[in-house]
Amino acid sequence: MNDKCLIINNCQAKMSKDIPIIGFTEFRDSVITETQIGARVVSFFAKVKEEGRFILVIVLARDKEGTLAVFSTEVKESYHSLTLDVPQVHLFEREIFEQWGIRPNGHPWLRPVRFHQPYSEEISKFVENRKARSAKPFLRISGQETHQVSVGPVHAGIIEPGHFLFQCHGEKVFNLEISLGYQHRGLERSILSAPSQRLIHYMETAAGDTTIGHCLAYCQAIEALADCRVPLRAAAIRGILLELERLANHTGDLGALANDIGYLPTTAYCGRLRGDFLNMTAYICGNRFGRNIVRPGGLSFDLDFSMIKELIKRLEETFEDVKNAVSLLWDSSLVVERFDETGILTKINAIDLGIVGVAARACGIERDVRFDFPTGIFKFSQIPVSTHSSGDVFSRAFVRWLEIQRSFEFIRDQLKNLPEGNISHEIGNINKDRTVVSLIEAWRGEIAHIVFTDNAGKICDYKITDPSFHNWLGLAIAVRGEAISDFPICNKSFNLSYCGHDL
Amino acid sequence: MLKVIYSRFKQGYRTMAFPAKEDVFSERFLGKPCFNSRSSIDDLASSQSVCPTGAISRCGNNFSLDMGKCLFCGECQKVCANKAIVFTREYRLAAQDKNDLIIRSNPKDIENRTKKGIKQIFGRSLKLRQLSAGGCNACESDINVLSTPSFDLARFGIQFVASPRHADGLVVTGPVTENMKIALEKTYRAIASPKLVIAIGACAISGGLYQIDSQCNNGVDSLIPVDLYIPGCPPHPLTILDGLLTVIGRIK
Repeated sequence: MNDKCLIINNCQAKMSKDIPIIGFTEFRDSVITETQIGARVVSFFAKVKEEGRFILVIVLARDKEGTLAVFSTEVKESYHSLTLDVPQVHLFEREIFEQWGIRPNGHPWLRPVRFHQPYSEEISKFVENRKARSAKPFLRISGQETHQVSVGPVHAGIIEPGHFLFQCHGEKVFNLEISLGYQHRGLERSILSAPSQRLIHYMETAAGDTTIGHCLAYCQAIEALADCRVPLRAAAIRGILLELERLANHTGDLGALANDIGYLPTTAYCGRLRGDFLNMTAYICGNRFGRNIVRPGGLSFDLDFSMIKELIKRLEETFEDVKNAVSLLWDSSLVVERFDETGILTKINAIDLGIVGVAARACGIERDVRFDFPTGIFKFSQIPVSTHSSGDVFSRAFVRWLEIQRSFEFIRDQLKNLPEGNISHEIGNINKDRTVVSLIEAWRGEIAHIVFTDNAGKICDYKITDPSFHNWLGLAIAVRGEAISDFPICNKSFNLSYCGHDL
Repeated sequence: MLKVIYSRFKQGYRTMAFPAKEDVFSERFLGKPCFNSRSSIDDLASSQSVCPTGAISRCGNNFSLDMGKCLFCGECQKVCANKAIVFTREYRLAAQDKNDLIIRSNPKDIENRTKKGIKQIFGRSLKLRQLSAGGCNACESDINVLSTPSFDLARFGIQFVASPRHADGLVVTGPVTENMKIALEKTYRAIASPKLVIAIGACAISGGLYQIDSQCNNGVDSLIPVDLYIPGCPPHPLTILDGLLTVIGRIK
């Protein structure tokens, strides 16, 4: 079906006009058929064609083949919603409606996603604006002994804002509705209008704890658009940085999970060890979150011999301590009892919702961009996909531990065999009228950046899909039927980003 | 059980000696920027042109750098071969007056003062409530680590608490998005007076990268009065800790 969809690889730039625009019925049928045979929705968004006319673009991942299918259709102010047939697009359809006022007829739950003003003055009249927050009701249950618990946007800890509304019967959660948007900074729109020297900093702060992930996705996209090849040494160090970010966050998450059930030894040790990994990133680039190093064309800092030696030493010492701290978890019956069979997300639900990252792998789904759509160093040096099948909190914790071990081995190997050469190539002119899809497996899961350039080689559309955008509903499903007191560990086991979702 | 005790020995005592002894920073750490007094106007102008947030401004032949807007990306240092602007390794950046965040090419001596009353009221015990208002979770993470054993914030009598009703002060991160404006004002009102407000990070101080954004307000002090500014993107945990200890008069 080559005339009906464009088949591309991760980070392969193509002419924008090569994306076929097909009739809506055909588009709808294609999406349904593709997802039935195993494709997954990476992103779904609208582009303005002309006044009142829009192009809906969908990017599907065929994980088994390692290819991406891109196709589009033209719509006016409404279309027949896909959500009931393809649940994965439920939030994308809400997002498109909120941004452009294009109504998905028949969508079962058309609440705003981020509660911002629509992107165009013209369409304000179609769309409920942020004042309608209270006008658009939450799902409620009623009856004897039912009650609701409302939490947020300001939470008890040092975390980002979001609103959670639980419908409970006694202790048992019947439904959790998560309402976000408090962190919305208008990033995707700012990217299009801001001066170019700001762009990389927007990427660094898209989700501050995933600085390397978002920067890599952006840089890969720009490099593909400018036909620039990154030197092998830079690719290897980028891989090291990405895995260091994973190590730091996974270690921190395991500590935080232990904290939520009151098992403090692991909490105390992991809190410190997470900092040790962050300090290793700071040792490489001066900043604990990996700011100021990943740049289009390569890197801005190199490693010399003595630094490599020091990094290997620190890595091995820290890993030994992590091994010790984490092994306490699996040895404690108290911990395992609390983690086991808590917050189960079934494999079927995970596939239907298009869950990505650790949460998907913890349901036994082999889904990892580093393996399915490798770029950079991962083309040459593969990391095995870590999975566990039970889909509960234990599984999500255990997959993190498996990934910690594999990332550690990967970084150590890369440091010992770092290729010689430059760390940066000059980035040339960006090609005109191109489209590229850039995927990265960050520590939370798949980050997708989709970039379009216009006929002057300027970025004219920029779509970011953070892994949290796919996964928030997964959390809501996982806590159904659980005791409300188990919500903290369920939440922590997903550990999703608020600003990544809200951008 | 024996294994837990063994781990305790193996992991050791890890709390840093700060403030008695300072932690070793990475060689590549970018601290307080300063102007090279001998640099030419052209050099300074070229540094100014690459700043992503407009932190460097020019008035006649004098230049100034606002740390409240600075992302500490080091582009201005990199672009100029004559090093018109150099980032030192000074990590103590906090200021109680917003003007003290501005570094000038013709410097005036500034003394970081502790306001008298604050030491008396909060010097021995300070309970803070954190509020993220559009922060990217980097500032939040580096505030969080202060409670780990490495920094052990509690030994200074400072603690992050769960409710504004329990708090003496409010720590805000992020540029204050439109959707968090009401929550910020409500949280501020919920804290009993006298109270402190601390803005952490470039976004919270000036809007930082998001200062021209229609979805954001330009930082916290456009809405509520701020007592302490801790610049950085994000500030190093020790920069934050130093700021907190300085404002309550625990260190000078």
